[in-house]
Amino acid sequence: MSDPILRLTGVKTDIAQYHILHGVDFEVPRGGVTMLLGRNGAGKTTTLRTIMGLWKPHAGEIRLDGAPIQGLSPAQIARRGIGFVPEDMGIFSDLTVEENIRLAALDGHPIPERLDWIFGAFPALRTFWKSAAGTLSGGQKQMLSVARAVVEDRELYLIDEPSKGLAPAIVATLARALKDLKNRGASILMVEQNFSLARALGDHVAVMDDGRIVWTGAMAELAGDTGLQERLMGLKMEQA
Amino acid sequence: MTDTAPTHAPKMTKLPLSERLKPWLPVLLVPVLIVLGFALIPSPSSWLTLTVSGLAMGMMIFVIASGMTLVFGLMDVINFGHGAFISFGAFVGTTVLLALASMTGAPSLMLNLLAVALAVLAAMAVTGALGWGFERVIVRPVYGSHLKQILVTMGGLIVAEQLIYVIWGGQEIVIARPETLKGAITFAGAALEKYRLVAVGVGLIVFLSLRAVLRRTKLGLIVRAGVENPEMVQALGYNITRVFVGVFVAGSALAGLGGVMWALYQEIITAHMGNEIMILVFIVVIIGGLGSVEGCFIGALTVGLVQNYAAFLEPKLALISNIALMVAILMWRPMGMVPVVKAK
Ligand SMILES: Nc1ncnc2c1ncn2[C@@H]1O[C@H](COP(=O)(O)OP(=O)(O)OP(=O)(O)O)[C@@H](O)[C@H]1O
Ligand SMILES: [Mg+2]
Repeated sequence: MSDPILRLTGVKTDIAQYHILHGVDFEVPRGGVTMLLGRNGAGKTTTLRTIMGLWKPHAGEIRLDGAPIQGLSPAQIARRGIGFVPEDMGIFSDLTVEENIRLAALDGHPIPERLDWIFGAFPALRTFWKSAAGTLSGGQKQMLSVARAVVEDRELYLIDEPSKGLAPAIVATLARALKDLKNRGASILMVEQNFSLARALGDHVAVMDDGRIVWTGAMAELAGDTGLQERLMGLKMEQA
Repeated sequence: MTDTAPTHAPKMTKLPLSERLKPWLPVLLVPVLIVLGFALIPSPSSWLTLTVSGLAMGMMIFVIASGMTLVFGLMDVINFGHGAFISFGAFVGTTVLLALASMTGAPSLMLNLLAVALAVLAAMAVTGALGWGFERVIVRPVYGSHLKQILVTMGGLIVAEQLIYVIWGGQEIVIARPETLKGAITFAGAALEKYRLVAVGVGLIVFLSLRAVLRRTKLGLIVRAGVENPEMVQALGYNITRVFVGVFVAGSALAGLGGVMWALYQEIITAHMGNEIMILVFIVVIIGGLGSVEGCFIGALTVGLVQNYAAFLEPKLALISNIALMVAILMWRPMGMVPVVKAK
């Protein structure tokens, strides 16, 4: 086994005066999709934001490709090679779709082949290329958010609940795009409540509860064990 | 019985004209106001004089307010000390102009403009540097707390004013306009002060350059995106703090430019002049929509025109005219004329 692309050890994060993460330990293997699962309020978003440097952990260590990144600014962490698709999508609605994409290219010029990939995966973005991003539908905004994260080469993608509030057809489009990204060798850490999507994409799983990791293992193992799913997430996942 | 199947093709109904015009209404405000002035003011020549005067005043307020609205939009910082940069700009510019008396007194447009350009450069350099220090020492420690920002930047304003007393003394200083910018030209029977026409031109240049930077450059893209969601701009790999310092310095330098323009407009300067102008600047920033340069531009011209028309039509109302304008506009558009989207 090669070294993991990301490793968290004993990460503790406070927000205001609340302890939210109580020592998070897990790793994201290189290549493939790691699903971060857990009930609402478990601390999944906080974990991604802590990795991204948007919350500062007060204890613990986060290593990207072996090098510690906790304490760096979000901009530095982004330049170390992490792409971020936040829970609220983080679209710049006053900017056009094109400007959103151009901003994501650090030198201002997206690589043409990357643009081809984006237009292939999300044709709607080509249609609305010159429109203000604020006028896009929720699904198109999510596509733009994912597209923006892949404009630059990244070591790792952090994707927070991409299917949230979207119609099944759009979820399918996103799933296809993410699967393709994975097949190209990307490492992805993804939060997802939609278990069938999580199962379709995920290779590895880390389950959180109350600010800690309570289980890690292979997706195949979790998917085949409804009892385990119920125990870990308090939810009865659908069978199929 | 009809044998044609009903058509179910979706009809693309256009929004009614009134709906489609809505976002553009603020842009129409200035022309509408000018036409209204024409209807209300009995003599066309007075109307023209007042209009140019109102536009000149509006442009100067815009130059001063543009930096402040961006600072607010980008970092959510309320800077009550902005007025200090106006005063400092005016004093530095005036000092340079007085020292270059032989150039400003000569009846040569070239020499006069060169002297003004040098004064403006000096004023902008000093206020830009001052802005850099102000951001470091005063604003940086109070990010995120409006109350602290108000208190601390007001403190900074007092210190800056006292500094002016120390350097230049407590007296007001009289500064004459350069020779070729004195007096007025007559156009269609109306006397138009040359200097006001210059002020309108300078304001337009500043507005168009700012717009070009914001719309066409990468830096502008970062600033516009940062106004909406600074966190996401950072997560894309940009050091927003550095961009913010840049905007703060540029905004301070523009206030310094505005100070020089205002000094030559009033032909007299005092340490607290910046403070007096700030009331209008706040009104403009609020009615324009916090963070919007376009809104700031429209707001500034509106305020300038209303102030001048009101002073002519009903001098007693001139003082409250702009407050009334602010109330009216906020009732119409609570987020200002060009509302800025903010994440969260
Ligand atoms: N800005 C904040 N201020 C205070 N508390 C917060 C803040 N953000 C998150 N929390 C708290 O931290 C805990 C974890 O929140 P987080 O958003 O990480 O959960 P999550 O697992 O992503 O949940 P969900 O599935 O609902 O998105 C919650 O109890 C939440 O109330
Ligand atoms: Mg979440």
